Amino acid sequence: MKFGVVVFPGSNCDHDTFFALKGVLHQETVYLWHKNHDLQGVDCVVLPGGFSYGDYLRSGAIARFSPLMQEVREFAERGGLVLGICNGFQVLLELGLLPGAMLRNKNLKFLCQFVHLRVENPETPFTRRSRRGQVLQIPIAHFDGQYFAPAETLSDLEAHGQVVFRYVDETGETTEKANVNGSAASIAGLINRHGNVLGMMPHPERASEALLGSEDGRLIFESLIQS
Amino acid sequence: MIDPKLLSDHNLTLEEYERIVSLIGREPNITELGIFSLMWSEHCSYKSSKVHLKKLPTKGKYVIQGPGENAGIIDIGEGLAVVFKIESHNHPSFIEPFQGAATGIGGILRDIFTMGARPIALLDSLRFGPLDNPRNRAILDGVVSGISSYGNSIGVPTVGGEVYFNECYSKNPLVNVFCLGLAEKDKIFYAKAEGAGNPVLYVGSKTGRDGIHGATMASAEFGKETEQKRPNVQVGDPFKEKLLLEACLEVMDKGLIVGIQDMGAAGLTCSTAEMPAKSGTGISINLDLVPQREEGMTPYEIMLSESQERMLLVAKKENVAEVQRVFGKWDLDAVDIGQVTAGRNLRVSFRGETVVDVPVDAVVNLCPIYRRPSRKPAYLRTVQKLDLPAVAQNYSAALLKVIASPTIASKRWVFRQYDHMVQTNTALLPGADAAVLRIKGQKKGLAMTLDGNALYCYLDPPAGGAIAVAEACRNLACVGARPIGVTNCLNFGNPEKPGIMWQFKKIVEGMAEACRAFEIPVTGGNVSFYNDTEGISVHPTPVLGIVGLIDELDRLVGPGFKQAGDSVVLLGENKEELGGSEYLRAGFGLERGRPPGIDLDKERAVQEVCIEAITGGLVRSAHDPSEGGLAVCAAESCILGGEDIGCVLDLDDEIRPDALLFGETQSRIVVSISKTRLPMLLNLAAKRGVTAKVIGETGGKDLIIRQGGREIARQSVRSLFEAWENALPEALLVR
Repeated sequence: MKFGVVVFPGSNCDHDTFFALKGVLHQETVYLWHKNHDLQGVDCVVLPGGFSYGDYLRSGAIARFSPLMQEVREFAERGGLVLGICNGFQVLLELGLLPGAMLRNKNLKFLCQFVHLRVENPETPFTRRSRRGQVLQIPIAHFDGQYFAPAETLSDLEAHGQVVFRYVDETGETTEKANVNGSAASIAGLINRHGNVLGMMPHPERASEALLGSEDGRLIFESLIQS
Repeated sequence: MIDPKLLSDHNLTLEEYERIVSLIGREPNITELGIFSLMWSEHCSYKSSKVHLKKLPTKGKYVIQGPGENAGIIDIGEGLAVVFKIESHNHPSFIEPFQGAATGIGGILRDIFTMGARPIALLDSLRFGPLDNPRNRAILDGVVSGISSYGNSIGVPTVGGEVYFNECYSKNPLVNVFCLGLAEKDKIFYAKAEGAGNPVLYVGSKTGRDGIHGATMASAEFGKETEQKRPNVQVGDPFKEKLLLEACLEVMDKGLIVGIQDMGAAGLTCSTAEMPAKSGTGISINLDLVPQREEGMTPYEIMLSESQERMLLVAKKENVAEVQRVFGKWDLDAVDIGQVTAGRNLRVSFRGETVVDVPVDAVVNLCPIYRRPSRKPAYLRTVQKLDLPAVAQNYSAALLKVIASPTIASKRWVFRQYDHMVQTNTALLPGADAAVLRIKGQKKGLAMTLDGNALYCYLDPPAGGAIAVAEACRNLACVGARPIGVTNCLNFGNPEKPGIMWQFKKIVEGMAEACRAFEIPVTGGNVSFYNDTEGISVHPTPVLGIVGLIDELDRLVGPGFKQAGDSVVLLGENKEELGGSEYLRAGFGLERGRPPGIDLDKERAVQEVCIEAITGGLVRSAHDPSEGGLAVCAAESCILGGEDIGCVLDLDDEIRPDALLFGETQSRIVVSISKTRLPMLLNLAAKRGVTAKVIGETGGKDLIIRQGGREIARQSVRSLFEAWENALPEALLVR
């Protein structure tokens, strides 16, 4: 499986994601420079975390205009696998590849911590190695992670199994406290209707080695590798 | 022309002015005066501290670069080096907490990547006034948001540090920021301007009117009008710095440049003067070519601006096009603004006229050095006397109170606002004794800590200085790391006061003695004087940043108990020492007594046993009693294991129970160990002549402490956790 990690100016999890894919999981991985129009024949495009263009206007709002995003959109529309992590998720929302928007966290602070996620849909290329209801420990690190979408969009998402991850407590229950950023329906990760574009706020690349406190993030990469 | 008012506006004395005149052989013009005032400011010249700083040991087998460069460098083997430094941003953070702290992060990061190192860790030592004062809450909130905004955006993890609260920081908060970077040993760069004719390139943000006189502002006391100095504080742009970081590392990696220096405090002045001064050359620049943010800027303003995110490079002519291509890739300009010259002057032209022409040596190296008078301050005699409070029967309630003191309580509210995991090297999450990072592809790990007990320094300056070093090293020992290098940030009041100068001198001497005992070199640091507002000085606050190496990271332990039924062992001895304790300060409002004694040989032996026990895979946790003493240390070990494991301590020391529980006697480490391995640890300690004693056992859901068989304190781990965890958020609630 060949992965491509997009580098925007201001990306700061590009090296981490590259390391998890190549150094830990031994997959062929390349960087994709945002100014180029070349996906280098990758099987999966990863939009990494960070602060693309400083995110001064609105998270991901400028990055969507990067030259490479034209190819990424076409790639996604052809059914290519696209994974957006944190800032990458925000860019996917701005691109319109996923519905909804991100607001500031409910406590109006940046939050960096481990959270518990419940797998809601294991029948995706990103989660096929997991079980429905499995609880994963993966960290978040964001300021704008409160997912928002109108009620009809939310029910549409639920109806089509597009909610892939939810914030839960350690027993797997959704609670107000466990929903640390205040996301609508505790949504932590979403997939498009077609099932090839996933956006998630938590960072699986930060949970890919025991030394870092959790290996649960590997499940997402390993699911992709298997597909 | 130049009159006494102008001199005093520039913080220059008449004698200093006369020296300038004799050095350049004429009266300086206003731009030249501005240049001298910056470079001769306390902040840039170290004119009051230099004679004392010489006492610190700076040599060592692995030192690649000691004091005098942007940062210190230590060889860690296998072709790698660590580059690290600490800086203060106290004054700007008081005036404008968010931007003051944010630009502090920006500045320390530039110091590190200027040398060719990729920054991999930030730590910060923060000191604030009590949180019942709304202004102090606002400063804390602003500073933490500022650090978070800059560090998170640029993608360098903030992995540790400390937060202290004391009334003395109410109008003078301290914000000390530390950064460590990793470099390939053969790709280190210096602030050199070699090779006459080589072009001088300006890269990064445009120059604006922000931050003019920042360094001079940091070299004077604050009065009531300080709030008006807000325009002196710069505004940070972490995105721009991220681009600058990547572009600089790329041109350095490709070997395209001769030398590089960041434009931090004193901006263009500092870089254009220091680079040639180090290389025995001169520099000539044309200000018309300097990218400017606004119209109508004077040479004075351009030279003195402290606009952030700027760098000065010297490159060979044939490499300029390639340098510009790399910067262009990152959407940055690299503008040729002048060249290195064979003469030894800094020459600046503006609209066809020469506006500055001064010898770089005069600016950089010939600032007067002061041996300021020092006298033992009178307050010492009063505060060293201590009448202890009466002994009580039960200390359970006191334990809850001490553990909820903001200085001791959980700092999760702070560190969860920092991205402490980016770069995926963080092996111990914040809240442990030291921050620990792995080095990708190696067995070794890096540990680092910031520490400095200012109350001890206030009560007994020489002992305080020595303890600051010993305690920082002990933090490293608790994660199995041996110290390899020191940087320090010395925060003091007005050095023109003999009492302050005495504190400074004695604390530096105490630090020097301890650094020699631990055989660790000081590779740099920063002095921040004039931490006085309205005549009140902060407690003398040396902050030690010590870096250590862990041989095998897979043997790493943390501070928390891991298993019930383990033995709890105390390395070191309990003594009746309550002076300077957080227990007396938080519980009785007493900042009095003599701080605990320190025997550096004993200290080293205890630390060595702990390091060997961790390296040998013997122990399951290690934690040192510091603020709050043995009781708080044990409580934290119960809390931090993540499993709510209690413990019972059976102590038989015949000392006051409050001293036993909360005294801060040095040279102690508490470890937990399986019963099967216990004899090996006791053996190891005996070999090193260290007292090691089983003082209890882990298990249950409570922390129970007995003295001579009688229970003197008991709390459930749950209630300890809640008091500790909720103290800071509750103190910050708007009332």
